[in-house]
Amino acid sequence: MLLIPCPYCGDRAQTEFTYRGDATVERPVAEDSAEKWYDYVYTRDNPRGEHTEWWHHTSGCRRWFKIRRNTWTHEILGSESAISDQLKG
Amino acid sequence: MLKIFSNRQYSGLSLARNALSRHKKWPRAWRDPEPKNSYDVVIIGAGGHGLATAYYLAEMHGIRNIAVLEKGWLGGGNTGRNTTIVRSNYLLDGNAKFYEHSLKLWESLSQQLNYNVMFSQRGVLNLAHSDSEMESFSIRGNAMRFNGIDAELLMPDQVRRSVPYLDCSQNTRYPIFGGLLQKRGGTARHDAVAWGFARCADAHGVDIIQNCEVTGIKTSGNKVTAVETSRGEIRTGKIGLAVAGNSGRLAAMAGLRLPIESHVLQAIVTEPLKPIIHTVVTSGASHVYINQTDKGEVLFGGDLDLYNSYAQRGNLPRIEYVVQSVLTLFPCLSRVRMMRTWGGVMDMSMDGSPIIGKTPIDGLYLNSGWCYGGFKATPGSGWCFAHTIAHDQPHMLNEPFSLERFSSGALLDEKGSGAFPNSH
Repeated sequence: MLLIPCPYCGDRAQTEFTYRGDATVERPVAEDSAEKWYDYVYTRDNPRGEHTEWWHHTSGCRRWFKIRRNTWTHEILGSESAISDQLKG
Repeated sequence: MLKIFSNRQYSGLSLARNALSRHKKWPRAWRDPEPKNSYDVVIIGAGGHGLATAYYLAEMHGIRNIAVLEKGWLGGGNTGRNTTIVRSNYLLDGNAKFYEHSLKLWESLSQQLNYNVMFSQRGVLNLAHSDSEMESFSIRGNAMRFNGIDAELLMPDQVRRSVPYLDCSQNTRYPIFGGLLQKRGGTARHDAVAWGFARCADAHGVDIIQNCEVTGIKTSGNKVTAVETSRGEIRTGKIGLAVAGNSGRLAAMAGLRLPIESHVLQAIVTEPLKPIIHTVVTSGASHVYINQTDKGEVLFGGDLDLYNSYAQRGNLPRIEYVVQSVLTLFPCLSRVRMMRTWGGVMDMSMDGSPIIGKTPIDGLYLNSGWCYGGFKATPGSGWCFAHTIAHDQPHMLNEPFSLERFSSGALLDEKGSGAFPNSH
């Protein structure tokens, strides 16, 4: 069982969460090139090691947040609320 | 072809002859060569797909100066970790024709390789749990028959008769409305497939080099020139990647970014039982697939753990869910003990179909994106990949599996679920 560090609720069992995937991909604007959209929709760095990813506390506070996790060892390296990106501007 | 009377040909005669020497004089099944400085073709990954590719390159295309490089031991990745199911029950033309070609190769593989891969056409039964699922099964079954593939739509009483221990009552979470049966589907002995291809490739002069990890891919201009390995540099003009699970990492060595994520998928076996499940049984309601091995173990698997992972082990919540799904279908197994669980790393492509073809780099070929279902494709994948490498262009059968389909929009999205890396 992974313990997922929800920034609001603290460490909770993975079964309370939904995983969404790579949090480093950024949605292009509509006018961007087809190549940019292709990369956004399909391609991924897919690292073996540190990975920044979206999780959703579906059965808890329902917040979206990012965690950094090692995809080889499953070690969790930190978490950050989704809203902090916007606060940072 | 191996000579019938040579000590290398397996037969009743060779068994009897070796019995006289108390089985102490069997020759090695394949050599353990040192890597040479250069090869015409280097295949990375000595799993079923890589070994099959080397075998078909030698057997059908006359290319024999080949190395198959393996970071661990041959067949030690996903070839040794799957649930051994073979089928070709696909809806879309591209998938149906490719997997049917593979299934036909399975049907004569033991004879072709002189190695018993224990291919058992015990049937693959998909269960339907609603009227709409029966409708979609009848569409898929008809599409299969149009493509020359056998398919039978079963009514609930036919399902009950063919799988007697299945809970066919109405008093269950997912009542059974019928099923789609492919009788020619079944299972094969996974290790034997790798060993059979390895032995035949080796007999053709292919060097299978184990414990040799690729650490870099060298290019000059836009063309591959060599691979760097833990056992030195090997020059070559053609590199075939058959490293599903790690395709992203290897492709990144050549500067490519793939439409693939790596995820862990688990499987489970129970203690051995007397024969009770005679076909492969699958259910999409909770996503589970079950068969009983020739040793009597009930072997099953379900969904991915659903987070990116390169760990060849998963987590208990998924196992609990999959076991619950099996018990919903087969309550009679509730007191059977689990013997082992394990995980393998899947290349999850963004449309659920594999990628077999050329890349933007000359001389670099890609065989990847097998999602849940690489094992059944082993001979067909090797066959098509060998053709692609030998002719520097895909065969008609693997043209639909190009890497460009993601940018051109010609996806092979069997589920129609859009770009998300958790499909078949």
